[in-house]
Amino acid sequence: MLNALWLIPALPFLGAFVLILFGSRLSWKVAAMIGAGSVGLSALITVLVGIDFLSTGQTSFQYLAWRWFQVGDLDTSFSFYLDKLSLVFIFVITFVGFLIHIYSIEFMEEDPGFSRFFAYLNLFVCSMLILVLAENLLLLYLGWEGVGLCSYLLIGFWYTEEKNGYAARKAFIITRVGDTALAIGLFILFTTFHTLSIQDILSQAPQSWTVGTSMAVMVAFLLLGGAVGKSAQLPLQTWLPDAMAGPSPVSALIHAATMVTAGVYLITRMHVIYELAPLAQLWVGIIGSVTLLLAGFSALTQFDLKRVLAYSTISQIGYMFLAMGLGAWSSAIFHFMIHAFFKALLFLAAGAIIMALHHEHDMFRMGGLKKKLPVIYWTFLIGAASLAALPFVTAGFYSKDQILWLAWAGEKANVGFFLAALVGAFVTAIYTFRMVFITFFGEEKTHVSHVPGWRINTPLIILAILSVIGGFIELPHTLGHFALFTDYLSPLLPSVSLREGVEQSEWTIQIVAGLLSLGGVYIAYYVFVQNIPLSEEIKSSAYGVHQYWFYGWGFDSLYNTLLVRPFVYFSRLNKNDFIDKFYTMLVSIAEFFNSVFAKTQSGLLRWYLMGIVVGAILIITISLFIQS
Amino acid sequence: MNKLPIESGLILAGILFILGLISVMVRRNIIFMLISVEIMLNASGLAFIVAGSRWAQADGQVMFIFILTMAAAEVSVGLALILQIYHQLKTLDSDAADKMNG
Amino acid sequence: MGFYIASAIAILATIMVITRYNMIHALLYLVVSFLAVAVIFYMLGAPFMAALEVIVYAGAIVVLIIFVIMMLNLKEESVDQERKWFSKNIWVGPGILSAVLLGELVYIIVTADPVMLDNTLVDAKAVGLSLYGPYIIGVELSGLLLMAGIVGAYHLGRQRRKVMHRFLEMTKE
Repeated sequence: MLNALWLIPALPFLGAFVLILFGSRLSWKVAAMIGAGSVGLSALITVLVGIDFLSTGQTSFQYLAWRWFQVGDLDTSFSFYLDKLSLVFIFVITFVGFLIHIYSIEFMEEDPGFSRFFAYLNLFVCSMLILVLAENLLLLYLGWEGVGLCSYLLIGFWYTEEKNGYAARKAFIITRVGDTALAIGLFILFTTFHTLSIQDILSQAPQSWTVGTSMAVMVAFLLLGGAVGKSAQLPLQTWLPDAMAGPSPVSALIHAATMVTAGVYLITRMHVIYELAPLAQLWVGIIGSVTLLLAGFSALTQFDLKRVLAYSTISQIGYMFLAMGLGAWSSAIFHFMIHAFFKALLFLAAGAIIMALHHEHDMFRMGGLKKKLPVIYWTFLIGAASLAALPFVTAGFYSKDQILWLAWAGEKANVGFFLAALVGAFVTAIYTFRMVFITFFGEEKTHVSHVPGWRINTPLIILAILSVIGGFIELPHTLGHFALFTDYLSPLLPSVSLREGVEQSEWTIQIVAGLLSLGGVYIAYYVFVQNIPLSEEIKSSAYGVHQYWFYGWGFDSLYNTLLVRPFVYFSRLNKNDFIDKFYTMLVSIAEFFNSVFAKTQSGLLRWYLMGIVVGAILIITISLFIQS
Repeated sequence: MNKLPIESGLILAGILFILGLISVMVRRNIIFMLISVEIMLNASGLAFIVAGSRWAQADGQVMFIFILTMAAAEVSVGLALILQIYHQLKTLDSDAADKMNG
Repeated sequence: MGFYIASAIAILATIMVITRYNMIHALLYLVVSFLAVAVIFYMLGAPFMAALEVIVYAGAIVVLIIFVIMMLNLKEESVDQERKWFSKNIWVGPGILSAVLLGELVYIIVTADPVMLDNTLVDAKAVGLSLYGPYIIGVELSGLLLMAGIVGAYHLGRQRRKVMHRFLEMTKE
């Protein structure tokens, strides 16, 4: 069964291919079956492959699907590499992807671009699977670019509206900046190690580079640049809030569960290089912690339901980056998996709410939906609880708590990281439950026009169940130390060793974290349900700060002044393209002479006669001179 | 008969030819141009006769017969064309037929 | 001696041809010029050519041109047109060019070896023998040329009347 590994990305690709070619001619049902069915089959094969892989107990499995060409040291081959890390990722991608496809069947029911949507979604799933299954960095880069393309296509799906096109362009260009850094990193890796195979690089790196070599640091920073672009971290985070212009299933799949975690995958996969470059690893943590605070505060001020979730995604990925900065690789992956469940759930539920209220995005115009949309209310509540990391019952608690604990107790921990993580947890709880209370409680300001059907409710319920029980596979020391996930990944990713004498404080940290999240819920309840005028007062008294956080800490305007305006200015200067002028000058010279000589053909008989006479004189003169 | 230097004959032919040439270049009326071309043809025929007389052979005269034949054919076709031009353009101005320009 | 008189008459007549406003006047002076050239031919020992010159050139070609002029039915305005088109400074350009050409021709002729002509008679019989002897191909070609001339003149001279539909004719008024 392991040999069917290549089918996992191939099936969605086939689905995309068929839908692109014949989509407009297929009926709605057939298109839905092809689109969702291909990913469903992939999910099934993933389960079978996973069972086979785990039962044989090997550490890795490699499958060469197709060798393209081999020139010198460069070997471009489509070879897939399965190990425990990529198994986690393909499980999440295909499974959550399949649920989202089922959701999309009902969500995009009346959209004329139905088959196009499923074609793009399938293409995206295929690219993401290629990214995580890639055995060499070139194939990974192919998947990387593929997801960028599909993100562009899907954000701008409703392209007839201008702002969707702008948002898609913005996303593509900003991630492109990161992609360039990644490409340069790849070049350096290739010239140093003469191979792009990931496992070869990871085994050769510790031998060629000692800890702290400048080359290793440079490569690590470049790879970080690429990861930062795709995962929407500082300084390339401005595209993700605007990417909410796409349909909600797109936001769930791409901008919550999978594409934005490509950066996390990259850094974790190349963890050997980061261990050889402590400075870069420190910066991973710094970027993660600053971003999580920044995005958390911004999420507090948003009124668009999906934008709150977008900033929340940025913030949670900041947690994953922070974990990687601490060297807690398996914690980062654990948090990725749990985050994929509850964030996809939240986005899908938000999409269902927006659809039910007939495309109303403003939270402050919703309200009272507790009774009207009960399934959505309960699943959203579970997802929000997981996000806010309510203690003991939610999966989010276990994953986030592990990161918090290691931020205090890990060998690379420092006070800044710990405080950032704590404050971040507090702010997360506040903005999450602010979102819940404003949307579902209070009086109904917009009426429900369309109650969602089973295809929307079922994925929500499944994801809600996973958001609760998913955490139970990894319990901390104080609760029995059931470390299934870490043990699963431990031969592959090194675990974090703790500092001296901190084991006792684990309980304290957990209590502090639990209190913070409960306190955040209570504050949100107080300000937004019981004492609503207080929220208005806070907003008006701190209006400057509020606006600053609302506009994403001014990054958009900063980039606009720093980069966009000068570029537009220079391109306006060069409107006549003076470099091209050299070539067009040749043309205009030829045209000039043409117009001069064309005048000699005047059509007048006498003019031609004069020409003949002049010619005769010239010939006779020349022959006379030659004779003499 | 007197001896005649050949240069005089040829120079006469040259002068007549040049006069015809000036007339062709100067005139705007098509019929005058045709007449001027006849003058030029006649002058070249004179040059041939002079050359034939120099060698006392019939070749020059044969050449003149050919020139004569050609002139006759040319005039007839040319006049037919002039009639058509007059019919189309309603004028005998040669500058009026300048559509093939640029 | 006679040669120089005849040549003077030819040149004068040609100058008159090229400076007249009236076409018929110019053609008459042209006839005079041809007659003078015919005399010169006779003096050069080519009597047959002289006769041909008068008959074909002066008799047929010039008459043909006169016929066409009369057919065109030009009125007084043609003379005025000519007067308008003829100005003094129109002669400058062609005059200079032609003077240069004439100078070169004279130069070429004068720098050749001087030869004297002695007016031996080459009569029609010799011409005929030469035509149907070595120059037979030329005769054939001339025949072809004349046929082309006839066919061309007939075809080009035809005037097709433009037939318009009677409704269009009515709307034209």
